[in-house]
Amino acid sequence: MTDTPVTPPRSAPRSRLSMAWDSDVAHAFRRSPVAMISALVTILMVGAAICAPLIAPHDPFNPATLNLMNGFTPPGTPNMFTGESFFMGTDDQGRDVFSTILYGLRISLFVGFAAVGFAMVLGITLGLIAGYVGGLVETIIMRVADVQLTFPAILVAMLIFGVAKGITPPEYRNDVAIWVLIIAIGLSDWVQFARVVRGATMVEKSKEYVQAARLIGRSPGAIMLRHILPNVLSPVLVIATISLALAIIAEATLSFLGVGAPPTEPSLGTLIRIGQGFLFSGEWWILFFPACTLLILALAVNLLGDWLRDALNPRLR
Amino acid sequence: MRDTGTPKKLVEVKNLKMHFPIRSGLLRRVTGAVKAVDDVSFDIFEGETLGLVGESGCGKSTCGRAVLRLYEPTSGSIIIDGEEIAHAPFDKLRRLRPKMQMVFQDPQASLNPRMTVAGIIGEPLMEHGKMSAKDRLDRIYELMDAVGLNRDFANRYPHEFSGGQRQRIGIARALALNPKFIVCDEPIAALDVSIQAQVVNLLEELQDRLGLTYLFISHDLSMVRHIADRVVVMYLGKVAEIGPRDGLYDDPLHPYTKALLSAVPEPDPVAHDSANRTILQGDVPSPANPPKGCNFSTRCPVAMDICRRLDPEVAEVKPGRFVACHLYNETTSQTAGNAAQTVGA
Repeated sequence: MTDTPVTPPRSAPRSRLSMAWDSDVAHAFRRSPVAMISALVTILMVGAAICAPLIAPHDPFNPATLNLMNGFTPPGTPNMFTGESFFMGTDDQGRDVFSTILYGLRISLFVGFAAVGFAMVLGITLGLIAGYVGGLVETIIMRVADVQLTFPAILVAMLIFGVAKGITPPEYRNDVAIWVLIIAIGLSDWVQFARVVRGATMVEKSKEYVQAARLIGRSPGAIMLRHILPNVLSPVLVIATISLALAIIAEATLSFLGVGAPPTEPSLGTLIRIGQGFLFSGEWWILFFPACTLLILALAVNLLGDWLRDALNPRLR
Repeated sequence: MRDTGTPKKLVEVKNLKMHFPIRSGLLRRVTGAVKAVDDVSFDIFEGETLGLVGESGCGKSTCGRAVLRLYEPTSGSIIIDGEEIAHAPFDKLRRLRPKMQMVFQDPQASLNPRMTVAGIIGEPLMEHGKMSAKDRLDRIYELMDAVGLNRDFANRYPHEFSGGQRQRIGIARALALNPKFIVCDEPIAALDVSIQAQVVNLLEELQDRLGLTYLFISHDLSMVRHIADRVVVMYLGKVAEIGPRDGLYDDPLHPYTKALLSAVPEPDPVAHDSANRTILQGDVPSPANPPKGCNFSTRCPVAMDICRRLDPEVAEVKPGRFVACHLYNETTSQTAGNAAQTVGA
């Protein structure tokens, strides 16, 4: 037995990419126009946000490039004083609305992704521990989660934001505002990750491959990370996508209420808050374009999440 | 391969109890216990196969898992190769893990669907011992050869295999660390009949070649007769009878063993029709609330008064034959003698 020559496997292992292309989810994706359009829109928006400095005609944060005379220019028409034209118009300070949307999208998406990432890490960790360890640890984690669920998420986020604002010195407030926003939204959102992961972990934990890993002598941490985590990720992916849309809206809501992104770094929500002040005086474009962007972004991400949920659940097909 | 001298005890299980608490109410107070394994003792000699039989829910799987410390036993002692493992701390247990492994019932559930075959078989090697990647791959290929798997399959995932092949992967994983003792927890129950024979033959061949000791848990009496050297019969968490295979199958002593063996299908239609079967009445009582006295007294065709009062001890009634039944108890032999005649009639 020991002197048999070791031959490398003849058939080359299939690459991850070709396996992904052939997977059920990829097939479902290629057959769903809604999924393809929403994916395209999402990718375009993310791309535009990343490349904002390259695409944007103006830098809305550099006061030197602004001309107050350009204020309130309607979309598509040349300004009556300077003759400059802006295809989405300008706001009260003469900032190009299209440029502010691109930069605002950046902040909104960054806050959204970071908040979901934070909520995911926190929720998955606590859910795995609760589901795998059980007992008192599980009771404590899940009771905290239950209590948090009784408050509206936006209230929790505002509470955290308020406390954080209270304890940071005023001179740093604008610098840390974005991070506080991320933590506030993340903390208000971890519960659903924890619940789903806990449930899935309890199912996986009772399977024999976990017992086989215990028999080998692997530590609980290694079993949770190497064995259980990869098997509970598909429902997490669905929740993460839907949460992304919710987090973007939550950020916009907080910013709209004036407790989110500072005016120096306007997100889509801040832009909408600024814009709604001019709605009744006829400068509709300052509100309309940021609001449309938010709507399209949230809709696209949401539809993508819905499709993913259906695609990953064979019973719904 | 069989021992010539006095066989050495590899596994000693003494008074093993595995009770699962029943919690109820708002405060999750313990209100009772499911006595899945209740005071079970047996030994396994080096190189032998001990069959563990019993009907569904009698605690045979729990027993096998508790022996390997997959559950925390309520009480009792488990000595494997001279080391007490029933209450060993995690680090000591981890060091002892390579000696004892398990082949699981459901080959689908016992393999992580997100790992390749090489990853699954190689995991024990990664966990214990420091092998270079190349040595490890060599060992994985060697194990795949040993269980009859094509080396080309090393990078495939479990769902690409049939049930029999998956069970071979599970066996290769169990063998990776050169264990002495393997618990086979109904390793063939989930397989097609044609594949069952292949897997059992593989297990026997590996035993001969590697000197393995098996605890073979099964409800398939014919298969246990084929593979086991000695047999333990369990009923409702307790040992009913322990004996060498031939003695036990030819001359079962415990009334439960008699009933169990009479249920084995008879391939010869004439013998089948004339078979004198003992059909047990009623259902197995709940292990959360076992009957007073002998566990089997509620269904035993020859139950006596004492059976409903006193729980019989496991006693050696003939050389190598252990039975837990008042019929064979010296102090009650008078009444037992009469009852035994009734059984014969």
